[in-house]
Amino acid sequence: MTINWFKYASPASFYFLAGRMIPYFSIAAIIFLIVGLYIAFFSAPTDFQQGEAYRIIFIHVPAAWMSMFLYVVMAFWAGIGLAFNTRLSSMVASAIAPTGAMFTFLALWTGAWWGKPMWGTWWVWDARLTSELILFFLYIGFMSLQAAIDDPRRADKAGAIIALVGVVNIPIIYFSVQWWNTLHQGASVSLIQSPKMATAMLSGMLIMALAVWMYSIVMILIRARLIILERERHTAWVSELKEGVLE
Amino acid sequence: MIWWIIKRDLLLAMRRRSDVLTTLFFFVIVVSLFPLGVGPEASILRIMASGVVWVAALLASMLSLGRMFSSDYADGTLEQMLLSPVSLSALVMGKAISHWLVTGVPLVLMAPVLGIQYDLPVEALIVLTLSLLLGTPVLSLIGAIGAALTLGLRGGGVLVSILVLPLYIPVLIFGTGAVEASTAGMGFGAHFSILGAFLLVSIVFSPWATAASLRISMG
Repeated sequence: MTINWFKYASPASFYFLAGRMIPYFSIAAIIFLIVGLYIAFFSAPTDFQQGEAYRIIFIHVPAAWMSMFLYVVMAFWAGIGLAFNTRLSSMVASAIAPTGAMFTFLALWTGAWWGKPMWGTWWVWDARLTSELILFFLYIGFMSLQAAIDDPRRADKAGAIIALVGVVNIPIIYFSVQWWNTLHQGASVSLIQSPKMATAMLSGMLIMALAVWMYSIVMILIRARLIILERERHTAWVSELKEGVLE
Repeated sequence: MIWWIIKRDLLLAMRRRSDVLTTLFFFVIVVSLFPLGVGPEASILRIMASGVVWVAALLASMLSLGRMFSSDYADGTLEQMLLSPVSLSALVMGKAISHWLVTGVPLVLMAPVLGIQYDLPVEALIVLTLSLLLGTPVLSLIGAIGAALTLGLRGGGVLVSILVLPLYIPVLIFGTGAVEASTAGMGFGAHFSILGAFLLVSIVFSPWATAASLRISMG
């Protein structure tokens, strides 16, 4: 039996596939979220150095992971769309950007809330904070470039180039920021708070990471479906869908 | 081919000298604003000098990016260039070099004078000028990508700053880092090596990415 892998590269079939996948990923996201939050608030022990305030780690670290991961995924799909001229890849890339930017902002925001009780300041020009901030700027740049271009195909391609240039730059920016920081002052701030993390803390964090991952997939699929409908509004299958012929 | 483009763009720039001078004066004015805002304390100014001069150079270089392609786009020259059989990357390279000659080089030449205003010692002045000499071509090359992507868009000027400024950050860090290392009495060779590496990488990749962006923008 041969499987036609390219079947779902068509926006029309992907639209229905995404519609069928959304409930499963939503349920997974809710389950992981409940379990993760339970561990975070009740099961994980209080940190002996940081007290209760460390519990923000359960949203902060997964959000930071997702923010970086989603940028790479976005650039990957944008690059595929540019190279092979597949419309769906570019649509998915545009669908990823707002979620990625949201997680970047969330990581910065929760980081500030964590920093205030721990370090006594909302913000330090630490290497990680600065590179996360720059990542946020890159997301904003990608989205504003796409928003400024009226022709969707041109927007896809232009966005792909800026996303790929950003991916090349992320390691450079990351290391430059790190070296710049160490030139000025020693690492007074380290994100690794305790040498060994309690198992409950680690598992809570990983489950929360799965929860935000599932949440991102749901959000991206929903947004991709909307983008597909908007771009394909002149096609026959969308009008059939509107008239209730297709289910 | 590259040589031909550079000659043409320089000739065009010479016929419209005010554009070149505007960028240069923007640079001078921005740098002069900081002592007025922060206060004329020489010890503070000496610390700030490299950062202020570099940020002003970044802004000046970025503001002039719009001119790189827009006039050729408006009168149809760019379309003919895209149709011509010669390599578009080479053409873009020539454009970036002439942008650097027109905006970057005046900034580099002006930097020591502004550094004196900030009471920088002679050695730091030399390092600052050399770091700008290595760094400003990178700004022109990276900026070319942004200029090509935003060609003919609404509000392209503001958009280009959002796209390009985050990518300028490594150049800024190592450019100012070199000056700080030299005033701290440390070696600044490593900073110059990295700036040189940025220059080489952007020479290789930027014309290619810019050419792809131009093809997208011209549809």
